[in-house]
Amino acid sequence: MARILLSLRGKKLLVHLGLGLFGLVMLYPLLWMVSSSFKPDGLIFREQGLIPTSVTGRNYAEGWNALSSPFSHYVVNSLIVTGGAVLGNLTACSLAAYAFARMEFPLKRLWFAVMLGSIMLPVQVVIVPQYILFKQLHWINTFYPLIVPKFLATDAFFVFLMVQFIRTLPRDLDEAARIDGAGHWRVFSRIILPLSLPALATTAIFTFIWTWNDFLGQLIFLTEPEKQTVPVALRTFLDSTGQSSWGPMFAMSVLSLGPIFGFFLAGQKYLVRGVAVTGLK
Amino acid sequence: MSSTQARPYPAEARSGSEHTVPAAQAARMRRRRRRRETLTAYLFLAPWFGGLLFITVGPLLASLYLSFTDYSLIGGSRWVGLDNYTRMFTDDPRFLKALQNTTVYVFVSVPLQLTFALLLALLLDRGVRGLAIYRSIYYLPSLFGSSVAIAVLWRKVFGDDGLVNHFLGLFGISGHSWIGDPSTALWTIVVLNVWTFGSPMVIFLAGLRQIPVSYYEAAGIDGAGKMRQFFHITLPLLTPVIFFNLILQLIHAFQSFTQAFVVSGGNGSPSDSTLFYTMYVYIKGFNSFEMGYASAMAWFLVLIVACLTALNFLMSKYWVFYGDN
Repeated sequence: MARILLSLRGKKLLVHLGLGLFGLVMLYPLLWMVSSSFKPDGLIFREQGLIPTSVTGRNYAEGWNALSSPFSHYVVNSLIVTGGAVLGNLTACSLAAYAFARMEFPLKRLWFAVMLGSIMLPVQVVIVPQYILFKQLHWINTFYPLIVPKFLATDAFFVFLMVQFIRTLPRDLDEAARIDGAGHWRVFSRIILPLSLPALATTAIFTFIWTWNDFLGQLIFLTEPEKQTVPVALRTFLDSTGQSSWGPMFAMSVLSLGPIFGFFLAGQKYLVRGVAVTGLK
Repeated sequence: MSSTQARPYPAEARSGSEHTVPAAQAARMRRRRRRRETLTAYLFLAPWFGGLLFITVGPLLASLYLSFTDYSLIGGSRWVGLDNYTRMFTDDPRFLKALQNTTVYVFVSVPLQLTFALLLALLLDRGVRGLAIYRSIYYLPSLFGSSVAIAVLWRKVFGDDGLVNHFLGLFGISGHSWIGDPSTALWTIVVLNVWTFGSPMVIFLAGLRQIPVSYYEAAGIDGAGKMRQFFHITLPLLTPVIFFNLILQLIHAFQSFTQAFVVSGGNGSPSDSTLFYTMYVYIKGFNSFEMGYASAMAWFLVLIVACLTALNFLMSKYWVFYGDN
């Protein structure tokens, strides 16, 4: 009996060892980047270990001022774009989701199918006409092309996510409110929205991460250096000086991943649930 | 007094509505209520309809039209019929190269990524302590994977004096720049996609949770071993989730852009070995402003993705198990 227990424990230890080692291999490049960002330039490629023998903050100082504006300028631009996108998705997607989940109207099934279909549509097929449209509106090199569509619920994933969530809420509450004479707007704002907080949190976190990472849209619609966001600025940095100054390049890359990591730590519960429910990436 | 009055009143009202209000009037009221509900619903959906019209379907149709023209932002546009589509296949080796690269990328990286996801999910589902920690560690790369920062890092990890070569050096193998060699550059991006197996893994984990424990208990009593249990319970019941992940990741991989763009420096180098489909659409549409041609390529991509998805759904009859059949 004791031997069986021991071998069971041994087996468990082996599984943990394997899983841990695999995790380390997966995270190693990330940890290496963080550690390298604190190493003096000459050490980065001579020393591959994670613990630097000599630490410096010069890469951060240098990277911060490497482009025409200080890095904070691009961070602010990114924050405006992501903030607007989060706000837009929260309002527009929850409104549409309520209609699909709780109301009856003609052609509902058709529109729902159209909404689902639009999730699969590659962005490349609409981006050229979008560019022409935004150019007509003089919106190129403004943040509007990246924010206004979100207020029009074009991120249909989140409509779907919230429809799925609202469907799980018991109907008794809103039916009781309806009998008491509450209209749809009141039911939506006073009952459904407060109960949908987890789905709203998932939407906010994913919108933040995706918009923060988004490259294609920001590359196309923001061409002036002044208007660039963090990903586009990083790419400019890489093209202009990056080949020779990897330290500052790594430092700014680490900074650019910081907010995502923060959201990941704070909102893990919602992230995992969101992925499990709808298969978001 | 008020109570004696109040009681009969509702009864009276109810009988009144049943007997004295004509059926036609009741039907009219119902219709009016339905019309109001419809109006309210369409108000709730108004932003979404606006987006559908101006951001999605409108541009979709516009790009279909453009794909039959030689529109460029600077000049005018001329109807050219199917010229753009024939040019793709008869007169543009770069397009064929991009199509080939993307196809290889998709059909190698997606199965690998899903295999890793499934294996790790199975390992973690067996009641490993600290599941949440492992899940987080494996999931993190999925969140970072599509960022420019990671693509920058990748260039260095697989570069001349990067991590990979230093690791190989420990075993006496001297590597070269994996990014700079046309025969290996594409594979570094494949590895990058496999690295983001965390999100399908989380979906697999959720799917595994759905399988009732009683199935395994019953099978155990009947003397079925672990292997038999896996092939007769776990795998069949997980096929809908595998199918879902497959569809999702295939669509996603075909649209992959950022990684190849940054790793290759925006032009698919070395010698077009990392020229991805979407990157070529971008180059044609926004570098040389051949927007008609770019639209044709984009529409062909939609066609590929749609056909692949349809094919997947057709094939699913033969291997996806939905419990009731």
